[in-house]
Amino acid sequence: MFRVESAVQIDAAGVHYRDLNARLRDAVEDGAERIELHNVFGQRYIGTDLHRPVEIHIYGTPGNDLAAFMDGPRLVVHGNVQDGCGNTMNGGEVIIHGRAGDVTGYSMRGGKIFVRDDVGYRVGIHMKEYQGQCPTIVIGGTAQHFLGEYMAGGVLVVLGLTLQPGQQHVAEFIGTGMHGGVMYIRGELEEYQLGREVGQVPLDDEDRALLGELMGEYCTHFGFEAHEVFSQPFTKLIPLSSRPYGRLYAY
Amino acid sequence: MNGLGRYENPYDQDKVYDACGLFGIMDVRGRRFSRRDVIRAMANMHERGNGLGGGFAVYGCYPERADCYAFHVMYTERDRQPAVEAFLRDHFTLVHAEEVPHQSTPGIVNPPLIWRYFLQLDGKCAPQGEEYVVEKVMTVNTAGQGAYIYSSGRDLGVFKGVGYSEQIAEYFSLADYEGYIWMGHGRFPTNTPGWWGGAHPFSLLDWSVVHNGEISSYGINRRYLEMRGYHCTMRTDTEVMAYIADLLMRRHKLPIEVAAKVIAPPLWSQIERMEPRQRALCRTLRQVYSSLLVNGPFTVIIGREGEMIGLTDRIRLRPLTAAVQGDRLYLSSEEAAIRVVCPEPDRVWTPVGGEPIVGRRGVPLQEDRGIGVWECGSVADRRKLACSESSQQCKLTLPEFTTAI
Repeated sequence: MFRVESAVQIDAAGVHYRDLNARLRDAVEDGAERIELHNVFGQRYIGTDLHRPVEIHIYGTPGNDLAAFMDGPRLVVHGNVQDGCGNTMNGGEVIIHGRAGDVTGYSMRGGKIFVRDDVGYRVGIHMKEYQGQCPTIVIGGTAQHFLGEYMAGGVLVVLGLTLQPGQQHVAEFIGTGMHGGVMYIRGELEEYQLGREVGQVPLDDEDRALLGELMGEYCTHFGFEAHEVFSQPFTKLIPLSSRPYGRLYAY
Repeated sequence: MNGLGRYENPYDQDKVYDACGLFGIMDVRGRRFSRRDVIRAMANMHERGNGLGGGFAVYGCYPERADCYAFHVMYTERDRQPAVEAFLRDHFTLVHAEEVPHQSTPGIVNPPLIWRYFLQLDGKCAPQGEEYVVEKVMTVNTAGQGAYIYSSGRDLGVFKGVGYSEQIAEYFSLADYEGYIWMGHGRFPTNTPGWWGGAHPFSLLDWSVVHNGEISSYGINRRYLEMRGYHCTMRTDTEVMAYIADLLMRRHKLPIEVAAKVIAPPLWSQIERMEPRQRALCRTLRQVYSSLLVNGPFTVIIGREGEMIGLTDRIRLRPLTAAVQGDRLYLSSEEAAIRVVCPEPDRVWTPVGGEPIVGRRGVPLQEDRGIGVWECGSVADRRKLACSESSQQCKLTLPEFTTAI
């Protein structure tokens, strides 16, 4: 480990994830403001167990459960991420210059994830909010099936910027089991694409203000123009019940 | 984790959370290459296994004896060897026999005796061809415990055992082989024992399968297969997948696009929305082959001569990433493992659940091959599967199909 200007440089080639995360913890404890990880190939749990703001740039393909239980740092990934990014993350930001895999934002409790391109299955599964904590995921492209499954809180935004003109989202079972939070999906959805537990409602001024804010952040991160993103209306999805299976499991 | 040494469990964890790791590389022009990339990729997914099973399938590894069935036989009871060899001499022309070369490798303990036999069919049984071979494999494998034919294809070798895949590669000196398809597996056994026969790939004739997940329908699948001459002896769920592949795609001659709809059928709600011909075919497949629906979470890579197929369960409960670069197709549990050996692929994507990714020898990899919408019509034309639009009934007209069901 050595310092170049203000950034701590770490070469991750061949380093086991436990050792890599230990080095990250040491660097953060030593007061690093910015850390750059190079040659990352599948190391898991990067960013876990870090509890204060610090900017970490990741070059390569980080492994599963990136930012798991993370609380405070900003991770900027210059590449794609695998499955389980943001697992039970509590605070901070993950900015992905690429695509993200399945179960992104799994049980996320706070903080923000921005994905420039597409995401896999079950994104936002069981994310939740409590008092001041409201997790947010913004997906620039489109999502695969079971988006927002069992979602219990937070905000999930899908922009569909990778869709061709006239092409629609193909995700099905959107919001199956959803019982909290809100989803905004740019473009139209067919009824069959939605889970039984969600309903479509019109956007109000508060929604538009929130979207405006998040769009602004997305465009800043990835260099898009805000007017491109707003060119199409959004579908807003909310849960029909806060306890959809209450009658199923408890009589 | 009991019984794991420092190598398998360097941090002395009492519980390890993992899942099997899969990797496959194919050169669709059929050019053979070394083990180097598949082992680097598997080593990169070391975390996914726990040292209780590793293995490889190598297509094109016996070019000098490509016309022979190459039987790899595992003797967990060494005294079974004379009887098995006598059986093979009685029923085949034995061209060559030898112990599978291996070397002492740290971490590999109590290996069974493993021999390979290069066999040809003599005149009178040649017409029965592959059916004859399947029957003889099943006869040996069910003749009492202790001897297992776990590789029986032509120009194909399966090398597997208890250990990490990197160790297994070293144990069998895979540096001495080349192939145009390499499939690798690192095992994390969950429900069944970690023994030499239970390591992946599972193979019969030129089929081989590596798998991540659990086949919850194992009992139903197994009973259906047993009635058709396939007997499960390896004590692991994945075994049925190799036999299902052989039954559907060799015996019943279904193309992979159709076989995928049997193994990982669309949900009924999705079938209801299909156009009539496709709906009729999918309904018929679910009715006729309900016992071959593979339930539970799975990702498999299936190999056969000249073909490598990736497939996940219909709601993708296990990961699969595909990539292409030039003439190479890559299938992997993790994208990072692909990038270790192919840093800048032309394209990387995750297929939708139930959609097969297929690489075929002699067919250039195209941008959208294997991931597009499945066309009932084109399959019907190509393989003589006829669907009647008016009756919304689907009649599968292959003679083998009607006689075999």
